Amino acid sequence: MAGYEGKAFKWVGTRPVRPDGVDKVTGRANYGADQNLAGQLTGRILRSPHAHAKILSIDTSKAEKLPGVKAVITGKDFPQMHRGVLPGDEGVNFHYLSSNIMARDKALYDGHAVAAVAATSAAIAEEALALIDVKYEVLPHVIDVDDALKPGAPLLHDDIFTTGVNPKPDKPSNTVQRVHMALGDANAAFKDADIIVERSFKSKTVHQGYIEPHAVVAEWCEDGQARIWCSSQGHFMVRALTARLLNMEVAQVRVMPAEIGGGFGGKTIIFIEPTAVLLARKAERPVRIVMSRDEVFRATGPAPGSSIDVKIGAKKNGMLVAAVGEFRFQAGAFPGSPLGPACMAAFGPYALAHVTSAGYEAVTNRPLCFSYRAPGAPLASFAVESVIDEIAQKLNIDPMEMRIMNGSKEGTQMVYGPKLKAVGNLECLKAIKNHPINKIPLGPNQGRGLAAGFWFNLGGQSSAVVNIAEDGTATIMTGSPDIGGSRASMALMAAEVLGIDYSKVRPIVGDTSAVGFCEITHGSRVTFATGMAIIQAAEDVVLQCRQRVAAMWEVDVEAVVWEDGHARPAGANAGEQKPLSLAQIAARAARTGGPLVGKAAINAGGAGPAFAVHICDVEVDPETGGVKILRYVASQDAGKAIHPSYVEGQIQGGAVQGIGWALNEEYIYGADGRLQNSGFLDYRIPVASDLPMIEPIILEIPNPGHPFGVRGVGEVGIVPPLAALANAISRATGVRMMDLPMTPPKILAAIDAKK
Amino acid sequence: MSKFHISATVNGEAVEYLCDPKQTLLDVLRDELNLTGSKEGCSSGDCGACSVTLDGRLVCSCLVLGVEMQGRSVETIESMASGEKLHPLQQKFLEAAALQCGFCTPGFLVAAKSLLEKNPNPTESETRYWLAGNLCRCTGYDKIIRAVLETAADMRGSK
Amino acid sequence: MARIVLSDEFGRQFAGGQTRFDLDVKNVRHLIRELEEMFPGIGEHLEAGAIAIDNEIIPDPWLNPIKPNSEVFFLPPIKGG
Repeated sequence: MAGYEGKAFKWVGTRPVRPDGVDKVTGRANYGADQNLAGQLTGRILRSPHAHAKILSIDTSKAEKLPGVKAVITGKDFPQMHRGVLPGDEGVNFHYLSSNIMARDKALYDGHAVAAVAATSAAIAEEALALIDVKYEVLPHVIDVDDALKPGAPLLHDDIFTTGVNPKPDKPSNTVQRVHMALGDANAAFKDADIIVERSFKSKTVHQGYIEPHAVVAEWCEDGQARIWCSSQGHFMVRALTARLLNMEVAQVRVMPAEIGGGFGGKTIIFIEPTAVLLARKAERPVRIVMSRDEVFRATGPAPGSSIDVKIGAKKNGMLVAAVGEFRFQAGAFPGSPLGPACMAAFGPYALAHVTSAGYEAVTNRPLCFSYRAPGAPLASFAVESVIDEIAQKLNIDPMEMRIMNGSKEGTQMVYGPKLKAVGNLECLKAIKNHPINKIPLGPNQGRGLAAGFWFNLGGQSSAVVNIAEDGTATIMTGSPDIGGSRASMALMAAEVLGIDYSKVRPIVGDTSAVGFCEITHGSRVTFATGMAIIQAAEDVVLQCRQRVAAMWEVDVEAVVWEDGHARPAGANAGEQKPLSLAQIAARAARTGGPLVGKAAINAGGAGPAFAVHICDVEVDPETGGVKILRYVASQDAGKAIHPSYVEGQIQGGAVQGIGWALNEEYIYGADGRLQNSGFLDYRIPVASDLPMIEPIILEIPNPGHPFGVRGVGEVGIVPPLAALANAISRATGVRMMDLPMTPPKILAAIDAKK
Repeated sequence: MSKFHISATVNGEAVEYLCDPKQTLLDVLRDELNLTGSKEGCSSGDCGACSVTLDGRLVCSCLVLGVEMQGRSVETIESMASGEKLHPLQQKFLEAAALQCGFCTPGFLVAAKSLLEKNPNPTESETRYWLAGNLCRCTGYDKIIRAVLETAADMRGSK
Repeated sequence: MARIVLSDEFGRQFAGGQTRFDLDVKNVRHLIRELEEMFPGIGEHLEAGAIAIDNEIIPDPWLNPIKPNSEVFFLPPIKGG
């Protein structure tokens, strides 16, 4: 897609106010829980208090008799899904998906839904839940991934047979899959190493921590159609999965996208929508379900904990010769952890001739582990970047020079096979190397840590419509939920192509019956892929304008060019014509062919991988083990920053989520398999007073796969912080932390053990 | 469960509502008075998304009961702009891109306004501690803190 | 002939440990059909993952052309956050 190389952008790269901004600073914007339909009931979900239990019986009769209760449902009300994965289902096991939303014969984790009620008030709904009598037979449970992998561990499912091993196992186990990928022969190449460092790392489950709990309003109509209002990372995903799980035709389900109050991957799958629809159907009234924070922690899709071994060998000068990573990931109660991407991304910042990346995924009695910002990469990178840093320490060489010396770049073959195209890894490293932070002297108990990170970025299916109004203003419509400012990016790109003022472009996120299909907002794909659809739809408008003007001027379309929002004669041969603005052309639309509507529907390839390099200074209190972050600088390759402020925001937000993962956040389970910290008081995400300013550095190494050079920017920023903090703490204290989170008691114990 | 009849002032207007004893002020605002700008993120006073001022004092509306409101006055995000004019904090949040998903934004704005009314010239550290009860998961707080400090400077300059 | 590379798991599970093949195929659809004929059952698994053709990861590949000197890697599925 040529035409934009070397072009000076008028709108792309500027920082206007976002189109949805006023609604969001005045409280007017409608999020998932803000919808309120006439006659709406309150839905509540009863959840298992046991980590693993057979459901012997559920007696809902007392609850049903309570005045004000309009519907009670259990797993029996859900259609049975085919067991296993059907061809064409892209690997999705709908029996598991349905069973996660409402337990059938077994409850598989503390918080697993077992029944739901709809009532005329929240108080009555809660009273009804207490009247539901569930008889359980408690079973032994398994929480830790290494325990789950052991033979003889309590078995969650009787139909999981490990894939990726030969021979195919004849007995079910908790081990979902074996992944293994290699370049060269790492085990043989270690003999050439002057130094080999091999370490084991552990980490706990962490939650995306979006501030908006999941919320849905569902309405069932007498003609068999369902309407759903909810916040999600993709209302087309909600429609497809809800229809499938309820045996409905897709077009009979209409999903209206509410504003989304954060997702970070956690809202790329459904948890409560089919339940709300079934309740609404049974109650014959709309039903709203809003999760409590406790439910969000216990029963949504946090990121897996892990157990990782990494072994890396290097020459005395710091050149890497071989690396092996073995990654063991929790899956929660159903398969779904990002083991494959973790193996693929682990060594992304390095050019390695001999590298093996392998691992196992095992189900455990925890909530479904699902996607969280660059899924899998932060944990894998934490382990790899820690070992790289330790090698630099042992060889007494500069960790920055070691990374530059070994850095992956265009042409580097990755462990998963393909070679990198133009990427910004070395540029990110050099931007940090040249930053003034390196000249600031460090005091006692202070340390400086560095880490790099890699993430793929995704493309995929998007569509867009650009409607030109009679006065030449534009409404642009997509089906990609705006999770962090993407309406602004869409409007900027449309304004750029159309050549009209940004303020004349209004972006809309349309519902599933109003706009064309768009995949979920994930994989840092929206500005890249949906943006590409917007660019093409705007180009479609431009082409139509040129064609209509050519007809008016009675010349060929090639004789009409589009410049600065005007159709102009291409040259002297086109005749003496006055330029026509988009507004003038729009005013004549009826007489030149009807409405000006541009559209595009694509499956975008060409997503460009993202790299990020972070550096931070910390001070560790030797009395308490507490870590104070003094300074933090984060560089990242954006390809092209459409709205730099929101790119900075992604970098800063990703860094701080990574900081929380590194220092504070963890799921804490008791011996009884119950989650003990299902609230923001005890699951502590970073607060403003924990942090310094996060200085972002945006680099722009254009992605050849996008007309404006865009790469996704949403995810890679969470990859480096875990190791950057660990490396800084190591240099401040002389102890290397290999168990996340690096809480004060753990750091203090490590310091004391060294003494 | 019988309901209580409460008379209170919300955003300068006298209101009356019925509420049951379990309903919080946040529930009343959202479900009885249709003021959904205040958000529920935790119901336990940890996230600050439901921040309002009650008789001039910053509180989490999820920690106040609806029945406690008799004769009292509450200000919410819905009253922050006057007419078509945004409050300087609202305007600065827009210009500084101090919001991403926007869910925590009403709470931050109410809390920040309350800070600037008490202390027109806060340091970065004072601002960070004042806003430590408001959780934001998107921004890393950087642009929010800058927006509050810049607004404070603007408001001092315009006086 | 295009160079086709399966993941180690698929090689182990379906192809007796072999992962590299030189095949004369026009596009991804032909490639998957050919591999399914060689290793019955592998096709649906291949379709559930990602594919890189000539160093570009392609979402939902099917009709994408494979040139005689192309390099094709089958990859685990990638989901974003």
